[in-house]
Amino acid sequence: MTARVTFGKDLTGLEGLSAEQIRTILDVAEPFKEISERPIKKVPALRGKTIVNLFYEPSTRTRVSFEFAEKRLSADTVNISGVGSSVQKGETLVDTARNLEAMRIDMVVVRHGSSGAAQFLADRIPSNVINGGDGQHEHPTQGLLDMLTIRDHLGGIKGHRVCIVGDILHSRVARSNIWGLLKLGAEVAVCGPPTLVPPGIEELGVQVFKRVEEAIEWAEVLNVLRLQLERMEAGYIPSLREYNRFFGISVARLERAPRDILILHPGPMNRGVEIDSHVADGPHSVILQQVTNGVAVRMAVLYLLAGGSPERAEAAKRESRE
Amino acid sequence: MSRPMVLRGGRVIDPSQGLDERLDLLVVDGRVARLGRDLDAPKGAEVAAVDGLVVAPGLVDLHVHFREPGDEHKETIRSGARAAVAGGFTSVCAMPNTDPPIDDPAAVGFLRAEGQRAGFAHVYPVGAISVGQKGEEMTEVGELAAAGAVAVSDDGQPVWNAGLMRRVLEYTKAFDIPVFSHSEELGLSRHGVMNEGPVSTALGLRGIPNAAEDVAVARDCIIAELTGGQLHIQHVSTRGAVEIIRAAKARGVAVTAEVTPHHLALTDEAVRGYRTEAKVKPPLRSAASVAAVRDALVEGVIDCIATDHAPHHYEDKEREFDDAPFGLIGVETALGVCIRELVVSGRLDLPELINRLSCRPAQIARLPAGTLAEGSPADVVVFDPEVRWICQPEEFLSLSRNTPFAGQELVGRVVMTIVDGRSVFARGADR
Amino acid sequence: MQTEPSKIVMDEAAVRRAVARMARELVERNAGTEGLILVGIHRRGVELADLLAEEIERSESEDLPRGTLDITLYRDDLSVIGPRPVIGSSDIPADIDGRNVVIVDDVCYTGRTARAAMDHLADFGRPARIYLCVLVDRGGRELPIQPDFVGRHFEVTPAEDVAVLVPQLDGRLAVELRKMDQR
Repeated sequence: MTARVTFGKDLTGLEGLSAEQIRTILDVAEPFKEISERPIKKVPALRGKTIVNLFYEPSTRTRVSFEFAEKRLSADTVNISGVGSSVQKGETLVDTARNLEAMRIDMVVVRHGSSGAAQFLADRIPSNVINGGDGQHEHPTQGLLDMLTIRDHLGGIKGHRVCIVGDILHSRVARSNIWGLLKLGAEVAVCGPPTLVPPGIEELGVQVFKRVEEAIEWAEVLNVLRLQLERMEAGYIPSLREYNRFFGISVARLERAPRDILILHPGPMNRGVEIDSHVADGPHSVILQQVTNGVAVRMAVLYLLAGGSPERAEAAKRESRE
Repeated sequence: MSRPMVLRGGRVIDPSQGLDERLDLLVVDGRVARLGRDLDAPKGAEVAAVDGLVVAPGLVDLHVHFREPGDEHKETIRSGARAAVAGGFTSVCAMPNTDPPIDDPAAVGFLRAEGQRAGFAHVYPVGAISVGQKGEEMTEVGELAAAGAVAVSDDGQPVWNAGLMRRVLEYTKAFDIPVFSHSEELGLSRHGVMNEGPVSTALGLRGIPNAAEDVAVARDCIIAELTGGQLHIQHVSTRGAVEIIRAAKARGVAVTAEVTPHHLALTDEAVRGYRTEAKVKPPLRSAASVAAVRDALVEGVIDCIATDHAPHHYEDKEREFDDAPFGLIGVETALGVCIRELVVSGRLDLPELINRLSCRPAQIARLPAGTLAEGSPADVVVFDPEVRWICQPEEFLSLSRNTPFAGQELVGRVVMTIVDGRSVFARGADR
Repeated sequence: MQTEPSKIVMDEAAVRRAVARMARELVERNAGTEGLILVGIHRRGVELADLLAEEIERSESEDLPRGTLDITLYRDDLSVIGPRPVIGSSDIPADIDGRNVVIVDDVCYTGRTARAAMDHLADFGRPARIYLCVLVDRGGRELPIQPDFVGRHFEVTPAEDVAVLVPQLDGRLAVELRKMDQR
């Protein structure tokens, strides 16, 4: 019998997880995929749990994915979004945290524009906190669903070569991918305009490609990041057209690859900027499967965190002799 | 006038006179009357046995923010000056970035008067370089100096306009006061919240590169060379800045420099966990930078230690890292941090540390402090150089608690502080 | 989990006899194999369902549809006992509407597993009826649930544990009585 893998109260990032914990989440996600294929897409595992989706930044995709995951586990969910709520009326994050605590909720999924906001909340409330993306720090469930998708297609993570392409500097998706993939033994590279690649990123254990052609030559998987339009306004790149010309993932570029390359994108896509439509809709794109896997991974995370502490796991062994 | 006082049996360390021996110190009429062995106490004198303790000239801090006027909930001149003496500082230079800024003679006078009324540390105002600290129009520097400003600075903000920096370094020569420079190139630091490096990358926080400081220090040194004005670089934190200052000094440029205890003790690792207490400008740097500023202090390229005591209300720090203000408090931890980081490790001996915390800064700002020579003002600190204590912010006399040293063990602590011959702080007797 | 030296209470032959008897009872009660689906509960119930199906197929010469259920997500005690990192898949091969579903498990104890299994089955459809078949009934029910087919009854105290061993997981077929360590 293998030792039982336990989880802490929160999931704020993949940096703090062990390979074993990450593998467990991915393994637990597998049966959850099947639930979403059933006529009745619902199990009672989190019945009676109250979950707040606290979204300070607009994000239809992540919020809807979490909401589906929560509902398929029978949790009661409440959505609070930045616009029009107390969070926009100047209430501080610490006050919001205290209010949530006073309402005795069980879990919070938080999306926030400041790096560290999920950790901030996690340190201050007894509820489970799941990071739905904090600033430029981490987006752990996105990293997990990317890994699940890669694993589905390549049969594993270890030893495979994954390159993250685009705005690495501002990307929480990039960071969660880097930590998670490295822990599971992948080779990881990043590629983007040097203005958008953080200095010293090699120290995290990744290679840096300056030219996207080199990345394509090397990689088995490309995770293509969304380019925010604000980056152009802030002077990181001269124009979107130029970005597409030199860093966009096009069919022509992929045709020169020595192998088929799996194409991931966290969405929403800017077609014609970081990715051409023919690539996004092409045979090697797994972008929609990422969306499907996103629900399964989030169900797994919710389920594993909801159970709580190692002591409970011990008790489980005693009581589950039936 | 206060009663005469005899400090008996302490280890008197006064670098200004090259003294380090067991002596008695006699204070009469607010001044040092005599240093010697087995001094007779005058009639009615207060006698304090200070065996095993160090008796030194009161510490001098060229860099504090006392927040008054404008942010009295963070610190007042009185609370700041009281915290200062608890940390052994008997003279402090208060930066002008209050609300409104100290940019006219009346404001300078207010600061001085408040400092005197408080009766703790001497509070020396530093006037603003530019009106409203906007970086455009020069203040009436002569009037500020006449009202008691001991230096000018736009600290809090850099002087972004090189032309203004040139004019103020030229103009201050007429009044013989230094220009204190917060050297930062905003074009490289804007939006940054911590040191740029692997930690900022891991945390997803926007970085401030060393170059933001190096470029500005280089510019300021070159302008100081051009003008012959007296430039003092505040809170040096990078190897690049150290090398630029070293080269400028070698060319004979009138430049001096300070380093803070936190830049001597902490790296950007202190930010992990999004600890806003460690959010400060310049940011806590890499281990290599910390080694560089320590070496520079030991060599003398960096002249002195100043705290950049920057109080913030807990509410301001209890928030998202991006939104929290820069700054941490330092007057009550400086001595304990410096002894731990510099003396315990053998980098500096105690007399040299006192030189850098008292004599040198007094010389830079031309303050009547930093010496126990007979006839000088009796500003004295008495401290236990070996006691180990845990930094507990709730015990601070400062109104604020924002320190990254909370919970750490520090070495060396003030027992008594004397300003103008009056005991203004005695540990344990004060609360 | 530390256990005292265990005692074999049913050897392989005894288990096989009990399974054969339950198979006969099942076919008799159901008046043949019409509409039967055997559903094993992860993990040991799955192997027992296979044994049972083989018995029935041998005597009736009919192929029986077989499914599996993992009831982990239907347990009512997640917050008490914590999550299980291993969740098997549930696989019901045929439409269960109107069919006679036999839930097969190794041990019936509190009844909570059977309840969860019935909840879970309801998500797949509406069976005409549900039978519960267990190799061991150890008593100690916490819910008003009784098995329809039982291999053997044991009166067992809460300090004891009945372990059903199956070839694929344990290398042999047997039932053991173990004392649970009271640390």
